[in-house]
Amino acid sequence: MNNPDYMEAKKYGEDISLDEELYRNLSGFHIKSLYGPEDIPKFDYGTDLGLPGEYPFTRGIYRTMYRGKPWTIRQLGSLGSPSEANRRIRQLIQMGSTGVSICLDMPTIMGRDSDDPMSEGEVGSCGGVAIDSLEDMRNLLEGLPLDEISINFVSNSQSPVILAMFVAVAGEQGIPLAKLNGTMQNDILKEYQAQKSYYFPPRPSMRLTIDTLRFCSENMPLFNPISISGYHLASAGATPVQELAFTLANGFTYIEEGIKAGLSVDSFAPRLSFFFKAHNDFFENIAKFRAARRIWSRTIREKYKAEDPRSWRFRVHTQTSGSSLAAQEPENNIMRVTIQALSAVLAGTQSLHTNAFDEAFSIPTPRSEKLALRAQQIIARESGVINTVDPLGGSYYIEALTNEMESVSYEYFREIENLGGVISAIEKGFYQSAIADSAFKYQEEIEKKKRIVVGLNEFVTDEEMDIELREPDPEFEKQKVADLTALKKNRDLNVVKTCLSEVRQVIQGSDNVMPVLIKAVKSRVTLGEIINVMRDIFGEFREESIY
Amino acid sequence: MKKSKDIDEMIQQLFAGNRRAASRLITRVENETEDHHEIMKKIYPRTGQATIVGITGSGGAGKSTLTDHLIQKFREQGKTVGVIVVDPSSPFSGGALLGDRIRLQRHFLDDGVYIRSLASRGCLGGLSSATYNVIRILEAMGMDIIIVETLGAGQDEIDIIHIANTCILVATPGMGDDIQAMKAGIMEIADIIALNKSDLEGANRSLRQLQTALSVASLEEGQWAPRVIPTVSIGSRPEDLKGIDELASAITEHQEYLHTTRSIDKVKFERVEEELGLVFKDELQRLIFKGLRGTGKKRKYINSIIEGKNDPYSVVEEILNTYLIRKKKK
Amino acid sequence: MAGERKKRILIAKPGLDGHDRGAKVVARALRNAGMEVIYAGLHQTPLQIVNTAVDEDVEAIGLSILSGAHKTIFPKVMSLLKQKGISDILVFGGGTIPKKDWGILKSIGVGEIFPPGSDTREIAAYLYKVL
Repeated sequence: MNNPDYMEAKKYGEDISLDEELYRNLSGFHIKSLYGPEDIPKFDYGTDLGLPGEYPFTRGIYRTMYRGKPWTIRQLGSLGSPSEANRRIRQLIQMGSTGVSICLDMPTIMGRDSDDPMSEGEVGSCGGVAIDSLEDMRNLLEGLPLDEISINFVSNSQSPVILAMFVAVAGEQGIPLAKLNGTMQNDILKEYQAQKSYYFPPRPSMRLTIDTLRFCSENMPLFNPISISGYHLASAGATPVQELAFTLANGFTYIEEGIKAGLSVDSFAPRLSFFFKAHNDFFENIAKFRAARRIWSRTIREKYKAEDPRSWRFRVHTQTSGSSLAAQEPENNIMRVTIQALSAVLAGTQSLHTNAFDEAFSIPTPRSEKLALRAQQIIARESGVINTVDPLGGSYYIEALTNEMESVSYEYFREIENLGGVISAIEKGFYQSAIADSAFKYQEEIEKKKRIVVGLNEFVTDEEMDIELREPDPEFEKQKVADLTALKKNRDLNVVKTCLSEVRQVIQGSDNVMPVLIKAVKSRVTLGEIINVMRDIFGEFREESIY
Repeated sequence: MKKSKDIDEMIQQLFAGNRRAASRLITRVENETEDHHEIMKKIYPRTGQATIVGITGSGGAGKSTLTDHLIQKFREQGKTVGVIVVDPSSPFSGGALLGDRIRLQRHFLDDGVYIRSLASRGCLGGLSSATYNVIRILEAMGMDIIIVETLGAGQDEIDIIHIANTCILVATPGMGDDIQAMKAGIMEIADIIALNKSDLEGANRSLRQLQTALSVASLEEGQWAPRVIPTVSIGSRPEDLKGIDELASAITEHQEYLHTTRSIDKVKFERVEEELGLVFKDELQRLIFKGLRGTGKKRKYINSIIEGKNDPYSVVEEILNTYLIRKKKK
Repeated sequence: MAGERKKRILIAKPGLDGHDRGAKVVARALRNAGMEVIYAGLHQTPLQIVNTAVDEDVEAIGLSILSGAHKTIFPKVMSLLKQKGISDILVFGGGTIPKKDWGILKSIGVGEIFPPGSDTREIAAYLYKVL
């Protein structure tokens, strides 16, 4: 090894590992032992960073960042039963949560009603809410200040229906659409790439997404109609730089599709938001966010000609890394989550979800949930890191890493472009195999101890926590199916039929599907009934490429 | 080793169409267990009647999705279908990842369809002698149609033509240069060319190129003229698909051609000829190496070749002269 | 090579859940360990899985389940195998399956369970040992 740093260090008798391979971040970039001015040779403060709140937003999207407005503390509040979930959400608000995320159960995620044969044994699974009809949405949101609290629906393929129900309930509560806060995840592209909860082929799915986008840009100016999610890509195995590049490319695709549908870019770009994972490598994580802001603002402004500065802002929600949590010595996860959360804050996130230390393996206890929330409050109120904006800006290492993240992203953009764009790359299996490759490589690194997980492959003790699942309660399933059966019996079947045939008609044409969906859910047509009509028209997607 | 009584029983079950028996017999012939000769001898009389359709083409061309639709068509015609999907083994570990079944999953619950994934196990041409035997087993099981899907369309990888009655090459738009390069080979490989993904840009150009390539080929009077059929095999709605019916009828027409012109005799002859050659080669090698076992001679021969004192051709001649031919004269 | 029995393993993801990271990593690792792995993909029903296992003559079926549906799915697969008179195919599992349920699964004949954090080399070694 003739690295001059090492030679110099050796001279002074320093003991250093010569295994360069150990000094790689999760994206596989080689990390030097020291960074200096030579690593950011053409650095220009004005063009590369700019002031916080100013183009290209590398240092943050707001001038005063957390001094002006703290990030949203957004914890998870869902349970199988809509009314129980409602109680849990109220508790979270009481503890100081200013936003809340709501997950759906597997059948709802897959567009099936609770009484569908495929749903058997999975109603209320994975701690998600079972939503069949407007009744469920009403119970879920009862008494919540929808114009104050920001609700994030972790809803994707079924988003148009969930949005229709949300709009209908808000109407019942007398809250004007223009005041509705919140987010619909509604990111279909990453479903094909990683999460695999798709129903239809990508192109009709995209049409539905654009319908929701248009509806929100016309009626719900405070609502975020899509949260473009790298988190799931990363959970499926994408490296941080893949997460960055793939997520942004997806974002650009929504922009292009919106423009293609006749929307002006400034009418919806400001409402697009993002969702990143805070992974283990501290500085790499920070560089990922900074590169994202810079690439997004430049591309939106220069390529897509957005003029409204709000369109240039990369707004992001962050969650700590569920897949980095270990069952071995579970309390270690508190430290992991705290470090990840700190990196997300130093990276300038707009909202943050800290995982409970037992969350990936067990039903979080009120205590572990509280600890997770407290981690955020301690960072915000005790650590002093929020006192100044972007304290790491200008660090040779951070800036060099940000540049590298950015340039590798552009390489990925070119690759995707050469495949004919994002949807075409999905159809060709590009993402599926790139992500599976990274997942396999990561596993190999763990097994060969090139990557250390304390308590798992180093400093191992036999203290382990058992997995404890929020298993679906068979009694709840029975009750839910009974309620749904009753609901289906007590409605006007002719109205249901008319609504469904209207849905069929609209999706065969090109009108926005939202108005007929809102009418349908108000007439107690169920989510599964609506999705089945769409399945009938659009067909079902099958993954063609696997590795 | 299984008792021969068990094997007999399995074979009887195979004749009755039992899938589990078929599966286990396939494993035995694929692994070339010591009784695989016995198995093949016993089933052979019940074979030779199926229509064998070969589907070849490079990875990602859409072979499996076309196979999926063809299975459907044949089932609609009331025919039973056996499918063999050959995928490469890893040259490093000898293992294999076989995932093509995923695209055939709508047939998993159909008793009239049997699907088996085979790893190439180091056989570059795509088809090992084991594949020949697996086809025979599916014939003995009573399958009307056997689809054999293999990777590769290079000129070295056309083993499939020795087995298949009807051979389909799956091409995609934008492989124009490849088409030029394999112009001669194409004619020999393919009875039908499916230009898949024909909804993509450049499809018309590729179609013309293929048609030109085919039209300049000199055909004898009455000889089958290979044809190109534009297809779209991926689509979640029936109306998104294209050319599937045409492809299925082209197969039928080709079969009719083979039978009316008696060309089928030539196809059958070639299949058996190839098979005979393969069995000979395998057996001879096995026999010779078995004979050399324990004598230390194999090692000596190899070393002498490495040292440059000898070459494989002289060695084989020497072995054949000394051991085999003389032995026979005795 | 005459008489060589390659290990053939089926890896499948039953149920509605689409998290296939683990299943794919294990499929690859077993391939690299010299096995022939049939990957059956997402959303497979127990009957589809058992039919595939029969056609492919696998020695083992590995089921990856993260949705909590293991207590529904494993028994269904085991009883279908039994119905078809198959007793020589090993069924093993992976994913988020609580230890407290392992006993129930093992009592109906399921083999080893590999929780998150398992070393893929151990999975391969286990299969080579028991098959």
